[in-house]
Amino acid sequence: MNEQFDLFHGTSRYIVSDALRDSVNVSVALGRPLLVRGEPGTGKTVLAENVAEALSMPLIRWFVKSTTKAADGLYVYDTVQRLHDSRFGDRDVGDIRQYIRFGPLGKAFRSGERVVLLIDEVDKADIEFPNDLLNELDEMRFVVTETGDEVVAVHRPIVVITSNNEKELPDAFLRRCVFHFIEFPGPDLMVRIVDVHHPRLPKKLMERALERFYWLRENCDLRKPPSTSELIDWIAALKRSGLGAGDLKGGDVPFLGTLIKKETDIEEAQSILGGKRKRKPGPDMSWR
Amino acid sequence: MEQGLFLDLFYALRKHGIDVSIQEWLALMKALSLGLEKQSLTGFYHLSRSLLVKTEADFDSFDEAFLEIFGDLEVPIDLPEKLREWLSDPLRYEKLLSPDLVDKLRTLGLEELLKLFEQRLREQKEAHHGGSRWIGTGGTSPLGHSGYHPSGLRIGGPGHARRAIRVAEERRFRAYRHDRVLDTRQIKVALRRLRELRREGIEEELDIDATIEKTCRNAGELELVFRAPRINDVRLLLLMDVGGTMEPHAHLVERLFSAAFASRHLKDFRYYFFHNCVYAKLYQDEWLREPVSTLQVLREVDQRYKLVIVGDASMAPTELVSPWGALYRDEMNPTSGQEWLEKLAGHFSRSVWINPEPPGNWRWGTTAAIGRMFPMHHLSIDGLDGAVQTLVGARGAARAAAANLT
Repeated sequence: MNEQFDLFHGTSRYIVSDALRDSVNVSVALGRPLLVRGEPGTGKTVLAENVAEALSMPLIRWFVKSTTKAADGLYVYDTVQRLHDSRFGDRDVGDIRQYIRFGPLGKAFRSGERVVLLIDEVDKADIEFPNDLLNELDEMRFVVTETGDEVVAVHRPIVVITSNNEKELPDAFLRRCVFHFIEFPGPDLMVRIVDVHHPRLPKKLMERALERFYWLRENCDLRKPPSTSELIDWIAALKRSGLGAGDLKGGDVPFLGTLIKKETDIEEAQSILGGKRKRKPGPDMSWR
Repeated sequence: MEQGLFLDLFYALRKHGIDVSIQEWLALMKALSLGLEKQSLTGFYHLSRSLLVKTEADFDSFDEAFLEIFGDLEVPIDLPEKLREWLSDPLRYEKLLSPDLVDKLRTLGLEELLKLFEQRLREQKEAHHGGSRWIGTGGTSPLGHSGYHPSGLRIGGPGHARRAIRVAEERRFRAYRHDRVLDTRQIKVALRRLRELRREGIEEELDIDATIEKTCRNAGELELVFRAPRINDVRLLLLMDVGGTMEPHAHLVERLFSAAFASRHLKDFRYYFFHNCVYAKLYQDEWLREPVSTLQVLREVDQRYKLVIVGDASMAPTELVSPWGALYRDEMNPTSGQEWLEKLAGHFSRSVWINPEPPGNWRWGTTAAIGRMFPMHHLSIDGLDGAVQTLVGARGAARAAAANLT
């Protein structure tokens, strides 16, 4: 067995499925970026933090926005500052290097130790964004055009990329990635996850709460079904208020607003819970 | 012989519509040579899926292909020792590729080799008629039909292989298939590609390049240049067929509508309803109570709008071709539906018809006739992608690219 492999097993606060653990390790061993996709609230971003923690490496975060350009990740040449300095400044404008600011990718390459680089929500940027990064991620080097300096990665960073599937990612980009889809946790895994956040939760309460939670997800036609983080908040609310398993019987779900955030969803859930109607009576055309 | 097992999976994946690239395939080979499958079929299942499949929409197809190759396994088995032998060779692919390819690997560059490899795979496909399953009766399997002893070859603990098969058999990812489901979010994603960027509006963005240029010309005296931000210039007119035969599709149309309605990136979005076919009147509500004149709508929207009609396009022939043929009693149409539709098709430079009925039903009757007037796409993710392409396609893309440059 390769000793480089099997580095990551999750952390005490972050439970991973076997498949996700393997995907992380494959990505580390092959030096390919790990692309993580999944429903909101399944812990995509937190994964990178925990990989960094488990491997005791620093984490560099790159939060992608709709205006982010690939080149921003490498470096930004602060022309405006230089222009300003040329008129009023006291600095030597001949030295371009002081106007080069390295972005997250540039920092990850230049770092003296191996780092974990999180590229968060890669699909928020322009469609061409991932393609523009291909070369740098492959070669692990780039040239600062303005100075002619070449930045070569001292250590190949572990790259974790998350996507919400808002945009289709280019094939060329996908081919280079290790892909993992975080499934919504099933009850068994969910018990372990909840246990991490609420240790020593009475067994009965755990069972009832999960039963209610999955029932809401499956039986109500919700626009935004409650996710893991909402479940954890909800259980926290139940604990605080001193409610027990017995209070989760029947049609009522206390603190429904903690689980479900959209008003229309709350109405929907309440009407189904209240037993006024079993399911939607055919297609709802009241959407205008 | 040895590559039979692997190539079978490769072909099975291709057959199920997963176009595995050579690059990805070689990555899998490399991972296997590093022992990343951890000598278990479950490990192999996860490993190959994470390297070969890049969207959850294809997971189900992957499961199908995996079952086809490994589904025959009735006894627990882990990747046998033999496999490890092949892969522990210093030149990893030696045993997987034929000798002349290995020679070429030594003399040619990788690029060249990849091409050859692909070619070889294609050739092999022809001469590779089944029979080389992991454990089959065909006799070309690496282990053979009769020579297999479950206890003799197994490396790891029992049960692991069954687990991978079971995961595949569950086919939990069926719900993620693109040809099956269509939720609002997916439609939004498809619609987001409807865009034509153009600079318009107030000049409020600092144009750095132009500023530097001007400043240089101005002998270093700073001169700021501003420009208008880029905006999306797509206008959409959506016409929806409601009632009657569209009733079963109402929830899908609802999702399409709410996705379009929520798509804030559109410059303008207008929608009207009709029943079966468009005549002199369109309706502002789905109960067809608030009519507006179709001509009036056409006066308000010019050819810059993109027209999207959603309907099953199936009706009685008279409803389409005859004057006074409308089914809906309030609709007095001295002009036939066909003429109205032609008028619409001619008014806009880009238009599509989105049909919730499966494409297999489009060849007959009024659907075929309407299909000749409007490019017709299915109301599915793939269909919507096609529709968006038709709407912004080559011409639009060129314009968008030009706008990007300015």
